[in-house]
Order: sequence, then structure tokens, then C-alpha cells
Amino acid sequence: MTDGKNDPATIPEGCHPIITVRHLKNAFGDQVIHENLDLTVCRGEILGVVGGSGTGKSVLLRSIIGLQTPESGEIEVLGENMVNRTEDEAKNIRRRWGILFQNGALFSTLTVAENVEVPIREYFPFIKPPLLDEIASYKIAMGGLPPEAGPKFPSELSGGMVKRAGLARALALDPELLFLDEPTAGLDPIAAAAFDQLILSLQQRLDLTVFLITHDLDTLHSICDRIAVLADQHVIAVGTIPELLALDHPWIQEYFNGPRGRAAAASYEHEVVA
Amino acid sequence: MAELNQQDEDQPHGSLYRVAGALTITRAATTQREIDALPDPVTIDLEEVDRMDTVGAWIIYRTVRDRGAKVINASRDEVSLLKQVGEFDKPTRVVPDEPHNFLTALRELGEWVAETGRTLVGLLGFFGATLIGFANVIRKPSRRFRVNAVVQRFDVVGVRALGIIGLMSFLIGIVIAQQGSVQLAQFGAEVYTINLIGRITVRELGTLMTAIMVAGRSGSAFAAQLGTMKITEEIDAMRTIGVSPIEALVIPRMIAAVIMMPLLAFWAMLTALIGGGIFVWLDLAIPPLTYIQRLNETIPLTDMWVGMIKAPVFGFIIALAGCFQGMLVQGNSEEVGTRTTTAVVQSIFLVIVLDAVFAVFFSSIGWT
Repeated sequence: MTDGKNDPATIPEGCHPIITVRHLKNAFGDQVIHENLDLTVCRGEILGVVGGSGTGKSVLLRSIIGLQTPESGEIEVLGENMVNRTEDEAKNIRRRWGILFQNGALFSTLTVAENVEVPIREYFPFIKPPLLDEIASYKIAMGGLPPEAGPKFPSELSGGMVKRAGLARALALDPELLFLDEPTAGLDPIAAAAFDQLILSLQQRLDLTVFLITHDLDTLHSICDRIAVLADQHVIAVGTIPELLALDHPWIQEYFNGPRGRAAAASYEHEVVA
Repeated sequence: MAELNQQDEDQPHGSLYRVAGALTITRAATTQREIDALPDPVTIDLEEVDRMDTVGAWIIYRTVRDRGAKVINASRDEVSLLKQVGEFDKPTRVVPDEPHNFLTALRELGEWVAETGRTLVGLLGFFGATLIGFANVIRKPSRRFRVNAVVQRFDVVGVRALGIIGLMSFLIGIVIAQQGSVQLAQFGAEVYTINLIGRITVRELGTLMTAIMVAGRSGSAFAAQLGTMKITEEIDAMRTIGVSPIEALVIPRMIAAVIMMPLLAFWAMLTALIGGGIFVWLDLAIPPLTYIQRLNETIPLTDMWVGMIKAPVFGFIIALAGCFQGMLVQGNSEEVGTRTTTAVVQSIFLVIVLDAVFAVFFSSIGWT
């Protein structure tokens, strides 16, 4: 990358890095997933991560949140080193983030409300049940779920409701940092748009930093501040959509200027003009 | 929400609660306790709060809502956060309704009876479906019979069980010989230990212990495998492609269990006899050749048939219960566990009941 501005290794001006990844290498046996990967996420932004299937978006997320130990490289989250740290150190960071897994990953034997209470109970066992239930109930409302969803079990929820319940659980501890793995995958366009708006409004209200993996071009256009493109085992560029389009990389062009990309861009422009 | 707006008169009235520093989830329990301890009317002074999160805001909000507290000296950010949490105040139910009384107990009993009835009917239906599946396979064996699947099941159910079943039976043979010789020694009849070992292992224990081991090893695996496939919608996918899950999944497992059970039972009998023989040789000084000769004289061939006829029936029961429970799985992953447990309990129970029926049957036809 000759253009320094969109080089993932440079930190943009006025950026307080919340996640810093440097020279990350991930490999499963002989299969190298990431090589020399750099990425910075700034405080208060919504960063979208895109890339073809199998480029290791989820592996990147798993390395950042410490579920996957990288071969080499440095990862810093909220000012703490994530590689080779003890369980106690990790616990302090885990309190400060929320994660929405791709399929919700709700605990299937607990109700939605109990799911939301799990992180609170774990870290703050002295909060009394009435207050705990009220906290769970406003978190559920924040996640955009109707009041009757609280006592339901995950198997009784629709796909969109599972994601909202997962989001409510991710928000349980008032995180500074929110990781979302394909939040709109599998939702109908109306639900997906509503979910995008929910994320945007929560991000603004709660002052969140959002790390978002997505394939949804509408999400990228409507809520992401910057987009990181993952290809050839590393982040090839970071920037806004116009900046990325100016880079003339074949995959980026294909991605944003393909039929779906154009349709999403058109609808977004239409919305902005109107 | 009017109370939440900044107050014009900053005169506190009633008890004053002044929060300093961070009003966050970290201090939620303490803050709530302190507020609860104050007498009404409460005034909350937020002047010295430097950080507030939604949980802190919620505690303030609910105090205002429930006790009519007054909030003073709130900054603009704090007021907006308080208003925001207020927007999410929808009375969400948290606990499912669970009235505990006599009627509930009665209803649960009724549901249990109905459920048991449904399970029996379902088992019968499943048995029928399997028979139809078998009929289809027999009608067009070249197309419907899945050789690879069956051979793979032979390996998993039979060959891989040889080690554990052999070891178990060997030890049981030793235990029977040891216990038998101690008791029979009281009559000076140690030599009859051989009769005891021979008849009990060949007629009863060889098959029964093998059935219990196969139920624990393979019956549970059948239920867990099919249950997982049910949850991941693999079985639905199979159906829509046009592959019958009964033919592709259930029948290979049944064939494997039915054919492998007698072979494993025979193997169990052999190793139990060897275990008993070694004990008899070492402890009672009866040489192996004499042992074999005595066995030959004391075990009637019908004992062998009794053991061998029971084995495939037990195998069928185990496979039926395992596959049936696996196919019943719905919903969440917890159910795979409960269904697997049920499969093992059911199959062992049915095996023992049938064993008793067989015992009566064989003695009434004169195979004693």
C-alpha cells in the first residue's frame, strides 16, 4: 500500500486506539490464515470488517478476544496486552467488552432474562435479585425485545430475537467495546435494517466502540465509520467506502461495485438525499 | 419524568444521599443498599458524580419512580442518561409462571401419564417404520442397502468393543470362580466351581453383561448421534433430498447391533470361561485340560443356545431404544443429554425384563 492514509499500520489522526493488532500471524498446521496483519480500532467508531469467505474474519475476532492464541504478533485491547496473559488479567478486560456471536450463543437452558443476568451475577454477586431482574429487564428492552421475551427460552425465539437477546447479554455490563459477528446475517431486510439502527443508536447513546464483522453491504453503508478489508492473509486497507474505492484494488472494486454493492450504494445515497 | 429535570431550588428536603465518584455497576449493590436504608423523602445529590453508567442511572431512576425521590445537581449528560434508561422501563417479565400447588402436581402427573402413553405409541410407530424400512431394503437390496454404513457400524459397535467387553468378562469370570469356590469349599465341593462358572456365564451373564455394555457404549452413541443430527437439521436435510433417515441411519445401526451382539456375547462367554479357568488353575490347582473336560461334561448345548438366542433380541432392543430416543430430540442441546440417558435406562431395563421372560420360557420348554 503506497497510500499511507489507508494503510492499516498507520493510526489515523485524533484516534485513541482501543484495539491494536500488530504483525499478527495465525496458522492451523500448514494453513496460514493471517500473516503480518495490522489493524487499529479507534475509540467511538464503528469499524466494519469485510472479506471473502475463508479469509479469517472470525479467526481475527477470536484472536482479539483471546479465544485463539496467535502464532506470533501483538494484540492490545483497551490498553492491555491480550497475548500470553493470565486468567485474572483477562477477567478485567472481559468485564469491559460485550460479544455477540454469530448464532447468538445463548445458554439454551436459561431464559433470556437469565442469560442477560449471567455476566452480572458472575462479576457482581452482591446485587439483590429484584434490582438484578430490573437491570435484566431494561437491558432486554434496550436490545429491542418485547417485554414478553424475558421468560422465554432461546429455542422459543425467532432468529432475529435470538440476535437481540444476544445483544442484550453483550450489553449487560455496560461495555466500552462491542464485538458483533455478522449481526444481520440470516435476518430479513426489515429486521436487518432495524438491527443496524439499533446498533447505531446504542453506539451513540452508550458511547460504544464497535467491531463489526459483516457481509451486509447495507450495514457497511449505513452505520460503519470505517471499513477494514481482509484479503491475502492481512488487512489490505482501512477507510471509508469512497476512500477504499479510490484504491483500485480488484477485490474491493468487485465487492463494492458488483451488482449488490451498487444497489446498496444507490439506496443509501437515495436515503441521504431524501 | 418531571422530577428528573434539574431542580430550581437546590434546597434538599428529607434525607440527602450524596454520591461521589463513579456511580456504576461496580458499586450498584452498595449504592442500592445505602439508598434502601434512607427514610423517605429522599433527595439524591449527583454533584460529585464523575462517571455514571446505565446501571447507576437505573438505580437513581427506580428510586425516583418507586419512592418519589428528588434528584439535584445532575449534569446534562446525567439527565439525558436518566431519561434514556427511563425509556427502556417496560415491565418485562423475567421468570416464567410456575404456580406450585396441588393442581400443578395433578397436571404434571397427567402429563407424565400422557407422555408415557405417547412414548409407547411412538415406539410402536417407530418399530413399524423400521420394519417398513427393512422391507424396502429387502425388496431392493442393491439400491437401498448401504453396505459401507453397515460395515462401519460393525466396526464401531463390534470390533472396537472387543477389548472392553473381553476385559470385563474376564474379570467377571474370575470373580464368579473366586466367590463360588469360597462358598462351595464349605461343603468340600470346590470342584463344582467349574459347573457354576460354565453354566452361569454361558447361559446368563455372558449375554446379559454384553448387552449392558453395548447399551452403555453403543445405545447411548446412537441416541446422541441421531439427536445431534436432529438439532443441526441434518435429518431434515436428508428427508428433503429424498434419503430416508430410517434406511440410512437407523437400519445400519440395527443390523450392526443385531449381528454384533451374539458375536460379542460369544466372545464374552469365552473370556469369562478363560478368566474362571485361570483362577481355578491357580487357586484350586485344577489344570486347564481337566477344566475344559469338565466344562464339556457340565454345559449342555442348550445353554449355549439360550445365550445365543437372547443376544440378537437384546441387540435389537438396544438399537431400537437408542435410535428412537435420538429421533425424538427436539429443540436444544440439553435434550440430547436427557434423551441419551433415557435411551440407556430404557434399553437396560427392557433387556433385563426380557431376560426374565426368556428364563421362564426356556425352562418351560425343558431347556434347564
